[in-house]
Amino acid sequence: MPELTLREAIRRGLQEALDQDPTVFLMGEDVGAYGGAYAVTKGFLRQYGPERIRDTPISESAIVGAGIGSALGGMRPIVEIMTINFSLLAMDQIVNHAAKLRYMSGGQFAVPFLIRTVTGGGAGLAATHSQSLEGWYASVPGLKVVFPSTPYDALGLLRACLKDNNTIIYCEHALLYGVRGEVPDAYYEVPIGRAEVKRPGRDLTLISYGRGAHLCLQAAGELAKRGVEAEVIDLRTLRPLDLETPLASLRKTHRALIVEEAWPRAGIGPYLAMRLHQDAFDYLDAPIAHLAGADTPAPYARNLERLALPDVPAILRAVADNFGL
Amino acid sequence: MQLQERLSKTELVSFYRKMLLIRRFEERCAEMYMLGKIRGFLHLYIGEEAIAVGCMSVLRPEDYVVTHYRDHGHALARGMDPKVAMAELFGKATGCSRGKGGSMHLFDARLNFMGGYAIVGGQLPVAVGLALASQLQGQPRVTVCFFGDGALNQGEFHEALNLASLWKLPIVFFLENNLYGMGSHIDRTYAGGRDVFKAADHYRIPAYQTDGMDVLAVREATLRAVEHARQGKGPYFLEALTYRFRGHSMADPVEYRDKAEEEAWKARDPLPAFQRYLLENASATLEELSHIEQEVEEGVEEAIRFADASPEPPPQALYEDIYA
Ligand SMILES: Cc1ncc(C[n+]2csc(CCOP(=O)(O)OP(=O)(O)O)c2C)c(N)n1
Ligand SMILES: [Mg+2]
Repeated sequence: MPELTLREAIRRGLQEALDQDPTVFLMGEDVGAYGGAYAVTKGFLRQYGPERIRDTPISESAIVGAGIGSALGGMRPIVEIMTINFSLLAMDQIVNHAAKLRYMSGGQFAVPFLIRTVTGGGAGLAATHSQSLEGWYASVPGLKVVFPSTPYDALGLLRACLKDNNTIIYCEHALLYGVRGEVPDAYYEVPIGRAEVKRPGRDLTLISYGRGAHLCLQAAGELAKRGVEAEVIDLRTLRPLDLETPLASLRKTHRALIVEEAWPRAGIGPYLAMRLHQDAFDYLDAPIAHLAGADTPAPYARNLERLALPDVPAILRAVADNFGL
Repeated sequence: MQLQERLSKTELVSFYRKMLLIRRFEERCAEMYMLGKIRGFLHLYIGEEAIAVGCMSVLRPEDYVVTHYRDHGHALARGMDPKVAMAELFGKATGCSRGKGGSMHLFDARLNFMGGYAIVGGQLPVAVGLALASQLQGQPRVTVCFFGDGALNQGEFHEALNLASLWKLPIVFFLENNLYGMGSHIDRTYAGGRDVFKAADHYRIPAYQTDGMDVLAVREATLRAVEHARQGKGPYFLEALTYRFRGHSMADPVEYRDKAEEEAWKARDPLPAFQRYLLENASATLEELSHIEQEVEEGVEEAIRFADASPEPPPQALYEDIYA
C-alpha cells in the first residue's frame, strides 16, 4: 500500500472534493498564493484558480460567517482557520450561528460546512498560540468535531465529513503533518463518531486522540517490555463521542487512563471519564485516570513547555501511580 | 530628509545607534534561531527600524506603548535592555517576561511597554482601554498602538477606532504598512485602496501618511500626532509606508514577492540612508559611525552571552503568575 504523510492525505481528500463536487470551495488566510501556513494547500491556487481557492483577509469572523452563509445558500465551503487559537475571533459565528441554525429553524436549514484548523502545542509558540480548544467545540450541541491522528484516518474522515450536512470542526495537530502511514488507493471512508482500537491489550486501556494517540502507542510499547499489555483507543471523533469502544475495552481491562493535551477541564476527558464511571462502574478495578496538559497558559521556555504537556514518561508515571502497573 | 526642529548631533546619532542595535540584534536572532537557541515563531523587523526609533524618540516615559508580535524593534527602541530581550528569546529566567512569553510576547512594565500581542488586531482595543484609563485619571499620558496592515481587516480595528474617536481618547494608532500580511499583498486583502490612512476619516480621526524608511520623517509625524492626543484633542492615526526585508517569520520562504519590488525597497534601507544624512548634514565622521557600529555589535554579543549563561526558569515557574 502506498504511504502518505498526514499532510498529503488531507491534500488528497481536499483535491478529491474539489474535483468531484462543484459546490466545494476553499477559503482562508494565505491558503492560495502562500500555500497555507502549514503548506496543506500548496499549489491548489494554480490547479483550481482563485474562484475556488480563495485567499481571504485576516477576518476570522467574516470568513466563518461567510462560510455559514454560503453553505445555507447551497455551497459546500471548506474554511481553513490558520490555528484554533484564532477561531476565538469566529467563535460567535460558530457557536451562535453554525451550531444553532438547524435547531432554531425547526429543521428547515442545514449548514454543510467544514472548518479545518490547526491545534495543539509543543512548538514553542507560547500562550496565545498553543492551545487545544477542540474540547470546547465538542461541548456544543449542533457541532461535530473530528481529530485524525494518522494519514488513513485523515483521508477517511475528510471524505465522511464532506458527505455530512453539518458544521464540522476538522482538527489537525501542528506536529503531526509529517506522520507517515499507509493509505489504500481504493476508496474508503472512516465514519464520523467511531473510535478505533489502535493496539489491542488486556491489562489497561489508554484512551486518547491526535498526538496523544501516538504518545499512548509509544507508552504501550514501553509497557509491553515489562509484560504489561495496554489497549490503545484513538477516539478520532470528539463529537459525537463513541462510548461503546472504550466501554467494550474497559469490560476487558478494568482500568483506563485518558490522555490529552488540553487543560484538565477543557478537554474530552472529564465528560468521558464521567460516562465511563457511570456506565462501567461495576467493571472498574480503579477510578478512571486523566492525564491532561498543565492547568496553566502555555509557557514559552522549552523546559517549562515540556513539563506542561503529556509525554511518554508522564503516561508511564500515571499508569504506575494509578494502577500500580 | 527634511528637518523642522533643531536636533543636536548627539540626538541624531542616538537614533542611528538605536536603529543599528535593532538591525544587528535581529540579524543575530536569525542565527540563534538556526542554532535552535530561539524557537517558536520569530518575526524580524529588519527594514522597518526607522518607525520604532523615530516614534519612540518622541515619547515620554509615562506614555504607553502597545504593539504586535513583530515586537523586538519596538521593545529595543523603547529602551529594553538587549540582554533582557535576548534572554527572553532564549526562554531564560532572566528574560523580560521570565522566559514565559517568548519573541511574540515581550513586556516591560518599567518602560510602560505594555506588550507584544500575537493575535492580529487584538492589541487595538486593549490600547484603547489604556488611553481610557489615562483620560479617566486626568493624566497627560498618550498611548501609542502599533499594528500591521493585516489588522485593518479585523472587526476589532474598526471597533477600536470608533470607540477612541467617540470618547476622544489620547491614543495614536500607528499603522506599519509593509504591504504584506504573511503572503498576502494589501491589494488582495484590503478594499479601501492604498491610502489606508484615509480609513480614519470615516471615524473623524485626523490622519497622516509618512515615509517609514525615514527616521526623521517618522519622528516629525509622531510629534504632531502625540501632541494632538496629549492636548486632549482625541486620537490620531499615523500610517508609515515600509517593507519587511525578510520573510514573515523564519518559516517563510518568501515565494510570493517580486524580486524587483524587494530590490527597490532594499535600496531605500533606512540605515545607510540615515548614515549618509549624518555624514552630510550632522558633521558625523565615518570613524565615529564605525565606532558606534563596533559598540553596538559588542552589546549584542554581550546580550547573547548573557542569555546563554542565564538559567532556565525553575520548574515551579510553570504554575506562577497565573493569578495576581
Ligand atoms: C487573529 C489572527 N489570525 C491570524 C494570525 C496569523 N498571523 C500572524 S501574523 C499574520 C499577518 C499579519 O500581517 P500584518 O498585520 O500586516 O503584520 P506584519 O506581519 O506585516 O508586520 C497572520 C495572518 C494571527 N496571529 N492572529
Ligand atoms: Mg504587514
